Amino acid sequence: MRFDEIVAILKAQVSEDKFINMNAEVLQPYVEIVAEALPAIARILYEHPELYFDYLACITGIDNGPEVGTMEVIYNLNSIPFSHQLTLRVTVQRNSTEEELPVVPTVSHIWRTADWHEREIYDLLGIRFEGHPDMRRILLPEDWVGHPLRKDYEVQEYYHGIRVKYENRDDPGAIDA
Amino acid sequence: MTVRAKTGDGGIILTTAEEVVNWARLSSLWPMGFGLACCAIEMMGAYASHYDLERFGIFPRPSPRQSDVMIVAGTVTFKMADRVRRLYEQMAEPRYVISMGSCSNCGGPYWDHGYHVVKGVDRIIPVDVYVPGCPPRPEALIGGFLKLQEKIRKSNPLTPRLLLEVEGQTA
Repeated sequence: MRFDEIVAILKAQVSEDKFINMNAEVLQPYVEIVAEALPAIARILYEHPELYFDYLACITGIDNGPEVGTMEVIYNLNSIPFSHQLTLRVTVQRNSTEEELPVVPTVSHIWRTADWHEREIYDLLGIRFEGHPDMRRILLPEDWVGHPLRKDYEVQEYYHGIRVKYENRDDPGAIDA
Repeated sequence: MTVRAKTGDGGIILTTAEEVVNWARLSSLWPMGFGLACCAIEMMGAYASHYDLERFGIFPRPSPRQSDVMIVAGTVTFKMADRVRRLYEQMAEPRYVISMGSCSNCGGPYWDHGYHVVKGVDRIIPVDVYVPGCPPRPEALIGGFLKLQEKIRKSNPLTPRLLLEVEGQTA
């Protein structure tokens, strides 16, 4: 099924204001939607007999940096029986260090594979997924401070008494805890 | 004809207790069987039949309690650092540490941008021998073991500390 046909099916079921942008002129044609509409649209994409996006290939998180002030989550969907693809984009406002983390609704109840993908994005970029059954860090230790793939990330000076930075070049083995 | 008759040997060797202890220790260095990254693949290659570390009496053990030497083979992340330190503490003395590969020596390719990598395992446990390489070939690891054997051969486990201090040596 072509991109415009997929979009037509979506638009027949979802109101126009849920769509922000779409682009068919790129390698992976995408539909940009508002974050709140994500679970409903994902449900249609998953269940509609002509769409049947049964495979969530990847979720990507992007930090556009403090100047731009946004973060993005990108979903690459595939339908194995129909072999068509669709990319969903969601943009949320980026938070500063004092503010609460940006929130995107989870899709882990639709595609189980989203569970760990969303945890990884939470761990490394600091986007919370609302409704996720187990929103914990997946790679870094529980007591880690910060989200390392953010553009303005600063490493902590010590972790459990071990200096993090390789800074004392004359004596790199120095333990000054 | 027996060997003794052939060599004219009386079957008696004169040596010191210290040398016998050192010889025993350096001839059966049992490493702890654990690896952290790609260096561990080279380490496993060194254990296997091509390089056969067992001809040096080097045979991996599944428990830190039975191990004499820890080969830190790979990238030590901060998450793993606590575990490495705990495993080292569980080993019985005398215990030795071989730091294998650039990551474990100094952080390797993660030295500047690796927020998650300990910049050298010597920041958490004392290291006896550093093996350079990324990853080091099995020959290099064997070289590291020979260095460690040399170090053990020169050690003075039975000499009183005070005497060593007077002579300006360390145990």
